[in-house]
Amino acid sequence: MTKTRSPIRSNVGLKAVMAVTGILLALFLIAHMLGNLKVFTGETSFDHYAHWLRDIGKPLLPGVWFLWILRTVLVVAVVAHIVAATVLARRARAARPVKYAHRKKVNGSYAARTMRWGGVIILLFVIYHLLDLTTGTLNPVGDASKPYGNVVADFAPERWYVTLFYTLAILAVGFHLRHGAFSAFRSLGQQTPRGERRARIAALIFAVLLCAGYLVVPFAVLTGLVS
Amino acid sequence: MNLTLRIWRQKGPEDKGRMVTYPVDDVSPDMSFLEMLDVLNERLILAGEDPVAFDHDCREGICGMCGLMINGDAHGPQRGTTACQLHMRQFKDGETIDIEPWRASAFPVVKDLVVNRGAFDKIIAAGGYVTAPTGSAPEAHSTPVAKANADAAFESAACIGCGACVAACPNGSGMLFTAAKLTQLSLLPQGQPERYTRVIGMVDAHDEAGFGGCTNAGECTPACPKGIPLNTIGRLNRDYLAATAKGANNTPGS
Amino acid sequence: MELFTEGDPIADTKAPAGPVEKRWETRRFEAKLVNPANRRKMTVIVVGTGLAGGSAAATLAEQGYHVKSYCYQDSPRRAHSIAAQGGINAAKNYRNDGDSVHRLFYDTVKGGDFRSRESNVHRLAEVSVNIIDQCVAQGVPFAREYGGLLDTRSFGGAQVQRTFYARGQTGQQLLLGAYQALERQIGLGNVEMNTRHEMLELVLVDGKARGIVVRDMITGEISTEMADAVVLASGGYGNVFYLSTNAKGCNVTATWRAHRKGAYFANPCYTQIHPTCIPVSGDHQSKLTLMSESLRNDGRVWVPKTKGDDRSPKDIPEDERDYYLERIYPSFGNLVPRDIASRAAKNVCDEGRGVGPTKLGVYLDFADAIGRLGRKAIEAKYGNLFEMYERITGEDPYEVPMRIYPAVHYTMGGLWVDYDLQSNIPGLFVIGEANFSDHGANRLGASALMQGLADGYFVLPTTIANYLASGPLEKVDASHPAAVEARTDVEDRVQRLLAVDGDRTVDSFHRELGQIMWEHCGMERSEAGLRKAIDEIRALREQFWQRVKVSGTGEELNQSLEKAGRVADFFELAELMCIDALHREESCGGHFRAEHQTPDGEAQRDDDRFAYVAAWEFTADGEPSVLHKEDLKFEYVHPTQRSYK
Repeated sequence: MTKTRSPIRSNVGLKAVMAVTGILLALFLIAHMLGNLKVFTGETSFDHYAHWLRDIGKPLLPGVWFLWILRTVLVVAVVAHIVAATVLARRARAARPVKYAHRKKVNGSYAARTMRWGGVIILLFVIYHLLDLTTGTLNPVGDASKPYGNVVADFAPERWYVTLFYTLAILAVGFHLRHGAFSAFRSLGQQTPRGERRARIAALIFAVLLCAGYLVVPFAVLTGLVS
Repeated sequence: MNLTLRIWRQKGPEDKGRMVTYPVDDVSPDMSFLEMLDVLNERLILAGEDPVAFDHDCREGICGMCGLMINGDAHGPQRGTTACQLHMRQFKDGETIDIEPWRASAFPVVKDLVVNRGAFDKIIAAGGYVTAPTGSAPEAHSTPVAKANADAAFESAACIGCGACVAACPNGSGMLFTAAKLTQLSLLPQGQPERYTRVIGMVDAHDEAGFGGCTNAGECTPACPKGIPLNTIGRLNRDYLAATAKGANNTPGS
Repeated sequence: MELFTEGDPIADTKAPAGPVEKRWETRRFEAKLVNPANRRKMTVIVVGTGLAGGSAAATLAEQGYHVKSYCYQDSPRRAHSIAAQGGINAAKNYRNDGDSVHRLFYDTVKGGDFRSRESNVHRLAEVSVNIIDQCVAQGVPFAREYGGLLDTRSFGGAQVQRTFYARGQTGQQLLLGAYQALERQIGLGNVEMNTRHEMLELVLVDGKARGIVVRDMITGEISTEMADAVVLASGGYGNVFYLSTNAKGCNVTATWRAHRKGAYFANPCYTQIHPTCIPVSGDHQSKLTLMSESLRNDGRVWVPKTKGDDRSPKDIPEDERDYYLERIYPSFGNLVPRDIASRAAKNVCDEGRGVGPTKLGVYLDFADAIGRLGRKAIEAKYGNLFEMYERITGEDPYEVPMRIYPAVHYTMGGLWVDYDLQSNIPGLFVIGEANFSDHGANRLGASALMQGLADGYFVLPTTIANYLASGPLEKVDASHPAAVEARTDVEDRVQRLLAVDGDRTVDSFHRELGQIMWEHCGMERSEAGLRKAIDEIRALREQFWQRVKVSGTGEELNQSLEKAGRVADFFELAELMCIDALHREESCGGHFRAEHQTPDGEAQRDDDRFAYVAAWEFTADGEPSVLHKEDLKFEYVHPTQRSYK
């Protein structure tokens, strides 16, 4: 046997890439969610937190370096995650050139079968989300110095469609994580049946908590709990 | 029972193929699914038509030769059952049943419902063995094997190589098949010396054959007539990552 | 016209003289060797990839020969050895229960009802211990004890626990071990594997086997493959009965074609009827499913005491049940050898005490074992068998006793071979179930796997070297006139089958042939029945060549053409089986002649007249075969009336 491809380009290697990058992104999501929840501590506290984010690393690192390092890591992770997913999806398509006439019902999990479209939806949302609350381009307020105000304006009751879109996107993230978290463990070598049950339960709990943590903010604004 | 069958007919590898409808009457619920197809074929032959080609041999669920996609389910609706062991009592009178071949580029259609599964043999040839030339074996009792390991190895070794895992996988992946053999051998002391070269050889052969990658979708185990567990793939992943991390050389068995 | 004529006696000239336990060692030493450098230049064809063929091809390739391997399935892993359930015997004596090579030898000769060769059987027993070592080294997951050592169990007809097993899938695990060794050699380029290829003719050059004609079952291409020696490992011919436990594709064509080219066919009438199969459910039945005989270790066989008792088994009280095996054979009980258990089942059904809708069945009851050991223990031992039974019959054997009935399972007869496993045609070797050598008139449970692997791993690779070393053989290729002729014969035959274009399917002929054979050449045979069968077979065969309908062409995947060729050969074999059964005016092992039984209905051998191997020589179509007798001498195990009472 001659070496056919580098291990990282093998199907197993690509899955490992997806697992590692996925875990990085999930860790970011946890931190982001915890930050979001600061909205309940009031405008001053939240804005202070948001501004502090830009200063992490000071005085060791000058200015907003840390933020940019973090952003770079995230972008690399997202790109690697998407590239690996795309290669695997293309291989999967090539592996079954003729489709079944009788479409089978799903025997595994729906979350698993919706990973690819779910991923696309999440990507579109992330782009919108960055334009909305990072650059402020699509935000009705769009004042970088007033993050609290931006959030409150975003989820105002008359902008119910934004809340709806946000909710759907977060649910997509939840679905994605429910399978993704388990899948990451498996791709990195989780190999016992007992561990599998635990990993599946942990993935479900994680996905539910994360969804709840993210959704509580817009609904708090919608119901006037945060204004 | 009276049934309507819609069967994939394809004259040869180059033919485009299509679904063709055949009514079949007087089917006994005690017939096996393949016996029902035998009845259809007898009638087709007498009518001067080409009978439906399908693979089968032992008809007792162990040789792995049969493999039909029945209403979108590999080997049909009954879990843990090959098509040859599936009996017509699992179906209702008047039902329409769709019968298709395994669909995977690594398993090209030969004719009608017959596919070429030679890719599986290539995966085994790339490392799915213990190098133990005849006559070289030590006394069988010289290496005890914990019963739990022997039992778990057996569970994976029960794979019949039918290809249902590939047929059911949304990615057309042969990972469950590959992982089953790897798991069997990596659980036994006899399999240790070649453990890491084996996994690299087999995964490479798997990818090269044009199978898709596993995305842990979990469709394979429910379709597997022998219920090979999904976690075997985790073991494959772990061994593969360990092997590549170790830089094990890529020449299994030589 | 005479049914057969008698020719000169034959003898095995290869087994060395001297004490039986030294013969194999002596033969190994005396056999010539091939220089390792020369082996690569020698090609060996192996037909079949079961336990015998797979292990032989792998081993020959490991030794350095160039091997060409053929199988009709889509992968060598699917050969029917895979379906063997119960286990494999070996004289390891791990149980310390009095087993030894000599005892396995003794049991096998006795179990074969004194119709096998002592030298061969002793060698089989000797080699059995190496097989287990070999398979364990390959990673075969045998059942183990908690201490990590190999578990064994007792198996039909044996009073020691010498059977190694891997749940109810021992054949599968052993075959996959051999298959993996074979695949390794394929990967290394030492074996040229040809799947979906069927051997249709043997090529003889100057009286030596030098090649085969094969049909590529996908393209229909017929080609000639040449070699220095040909090994047939093509299995048994139980499918002559249409319904049997064999795979649908199992056939006699490879060995029958060799027989027509001059290889003697030995003891064709010795058929093993397995006592524990799932009864026939209707006319649509395409094959019979075996329930491993290991079930008899814990299951108790019974029928109602009174005829026509239609109550459900649960309603039949204990004192109205007849545990007939325990009653008639108190010392072996439910574990009597297969032929005895089968005939006993037939007898109780003939008395009208059979059970189930067809009344051709007896109960195999696990209620006692479940009560004694618990459901869990039974599940662990037989879970997969119970599930299989339920899938097929729709009945739960944990609740309702299984129904079983005998079915054709194994054929002890096959091509005649000498101690070297070489047929009377030089260069033609025959191994595994395809030869006749080791089981006499009846095979013991768990001995088929042992023989297949003994032949393939250990015996043939040693003895074939002796033949190859006698070379070098003249170089011949597919353009040799004999090769061209063989190939033309095959092409003509294919065209003849296609040209009939009649009004009956191949299966309908096969089914009818099977009924004739089961009726008259099955569990019980009689002179009148056999004569009737011969007439019926001849008439049906004539019909076959006038009315068979084979659809399609020869140049494609054509399953009805494949079947037609096989059935055509089964017709010829069936006739020879009946003639062999008719000429053997005694009962022995799997051959039971109604005229020859003891007053209490047991098989009555006639050692004075029939202690020989009947080796049949083909002459010409329509001409009587010639019988050659090989006398059997028993120096170590003296023939006695088998008694399992």
